Amino acid sequence: MLYQGIDIGSSSCCVVIINGKKEIVSSSVVPTGARNFEALKRATREVFENAGISEKDIGHTVSTGYGRERVENRDKDISEIACHAKGISNYFPDTNLLIDIGGQDSKAIRIQPGGKVVDFSMNDKCAAGTGRFLEAMARVLEVDIDQFETLDAGAEGSQSISNMCTVFAESEIVSLVAQGIEIKEITNAINRSIATRTFSMTKRMTIGVHNLSVAMSGGVARNGGVVRMLERLLKKKIAIPPEPDRIGAFGAALFAME
Amino acid sequence: MIKNEDGLLSPPLLATARMGELLAQQYLEGNTVNGVKKVAWFSSGAPIEILQALDFFLYTPDNHAALCGARKMGAEFSEIAEDHGYSRDICSYARTDFGSYFAGRTPVGKIPRPDLIVVSNNICQTILHWYQAMGAYLNAPVFVVDTPFLYEDAKEHQIEFVKMQLEELIPIAEKISGKKLSYQRLKEVIRLGKECGDLWMEILHRASTKPAPISGFDAFVLMGPIVALRGEPSTVSFFNDVLKEVDQRIANGIGAVKNEKHRILWDNLPIWYRLSWMSKKLASLGIVVAISNYTYMWGEPAQYYDLDRPIEGIAKVYLHTILNRSTGYKLDLMKRMVAKFSLDGVLLHSDRSCKPYSLGQFDQATALLDELKIPSLILEADHNDSRIFSEEQVSSRLQAFAEMMG
Repeated sequence: MLYQGIDIGSSSCCVVIINGKKEIVSSSVVPTGARNFEALKRATREVFENAGISEKDIGHTVSTGYGRERVENRDKDISEIACHAKGISNYFPDTNLLIDIGGQDSKAIRIQPGGKVVDFSMNDKCAAGTGRFLEAMARVLEVDIDQFETLDAGAEGSQSISNMCTVFAESEIVSLVAQGIEIKEITNAINRSIATRTFSMTKRMTIGVHNLSVAMSGGVARNGGVVRMLERLLKKKIAIPPEPDRIGAFGAALFAME
Repeated sequence: MIKNEDGLLSPPLLATARMGELLAQQYLEGNTVNGVKKVAWFSSGAPIEILQALDFFLYTPDNHAALCGARKMGAEFSEIAEDHGYSRDICSYARTDFGSYFAGRTPVGKIPRPDLIVVSNNICQTILHWYQAMGAYLNAPVFVVDTPFLYEDAKEHQIEFVKMQLEELIPIAEKISGKKLSYQRLKEVIRLGKECGDLWMEILHRASTKPAPISGFDAFVLMGPIVALRGEPSTVSFFNDVLKEVDQRIANGIGAVKNEKHRILWDNLPIWYRLSWMSKKLASLGIVVAISNYTYMWGEPAQYYDLDRPIEGIAKVYLHTILNRSTGYKLDLMKRMVAKFSLDGVLLHSDRSCKPYSLGQFDQATALLDELKIPSLILEADHNDSRIFSEEQVSSRLQAFAEMMG
């Protein structure tokens, strides 16, 4: 029997299939775009084809993410907060603080061993500190979003940009580019902007919590620049799972199995 | 009125319709009252007893703003106020009222012109500037009742300070009304005001029963008369009827939410333009708002009324509003409510428009979790400006909150 987790987020749609031993049999991530139904269809087709299975092999399906209520064949929908907590606990059972930075949300989630959510904090109505923020900055700098991790190598940290507003940050970057500031300093400032904003959110969630065991999920966990700065601020090593952007769908699949 | 097409909620209380009539009658009288009676505008937290005893027609712009919010006119009026130079960062009640004034439109027909405006800073500072601006636009005198902020129960000198101001108000109000204040009449007003407050508290306390016969959303709707018409015989009779109806529900085991699984507290003002949506969304997750400290604040201070020392009693009532007290007091009240109403969680509406009410919510949430193991949700929105509200964001936070409560 196989179990399906579907995470329809603001920027990507992810489908994960697991077997009864909690092993990932197949997974797929496609950009959500403007038509999330089609993205879901494509991701599902890919995931079935990769594993050579069909819908009748699926025992249960749990959906999560912003499009969770629009998945027609779901047995249940569960918030992405609970799914990310569930997914990460399977990789790192001791985690008590999960940082999840996705397309339009960044979250600090306090969890108990086993993945039960105790408390959480999310970004307010602004893209600053999220994946969308990185996308906007990548567009201004005309670089690929995946390059943020390597582009800041050797930076001195001489620049800083606003972490309050994406639009203001964009115009600050245009101004830095115009001043001829090196791209490594600008990307360093961008990564630091996300890290400091996320850090203040984690601080709120961890007042009086000792022995922090921190993990990170969501697409932004792929950006080593942000992760390294967060580690410096938290004075802790952050555990990153192999495919951090699939953790929500993986957690949903675990719920489907249960 | 909260509609119930999905069957998640019990039918609204019959009293809701009568509440609408009570307020409608008041607004209707306001349409033609100028020239018949002297009109006093008052901030919702201002002392009205002296004005009532002098037979002023009373009108509160706060309630009007909330009504516009519930009719989903808050954002539109706010934009008009912004067009006239008011900042988007000030209270959306103020912007709603300014917008309504500038547009010359209101859902209540016609707003009576004030002969006197009485405003107190016991609920916030913005309200002083809002009412003073309206006083300037309408060429009406503004009397400010300054209430010192309380870090603990009111001290003698603080009570004396407010009492002196009320004594100063009497001759001014007498002159405008053309009447002499009768202490006999004042005592009657106070007696009725206390009765209203006590009845309101009894109604709210009934929600400690499981399932809660009345939800916080019912109370948000039914609170209109305690804000705009407290101390009126018709309000006493109305709340007596509400109490009877609520008791009938308890006798029949009827809960406001049909499938009550989790009981929570709502901190701060309601989100007026999403009252029905929010009520049903929470009900679909098995959540009932059993109590709100916002509805509570309109009854709790009534205990300070004193028929033997009427002016001093009024001073104490208006000093002890929750927004004039420390954040520590609010936390303590929330802890008491958790126990009394058997609550499983606390929803803190971080209201962009109401800074005084939203202050300290992160610390309060931490304390509730650490000391009582009660989870909280901080929900960012605004009481009147729907441009601040994001349905998707709110939905996923509410679902995660319900999952957290187990």
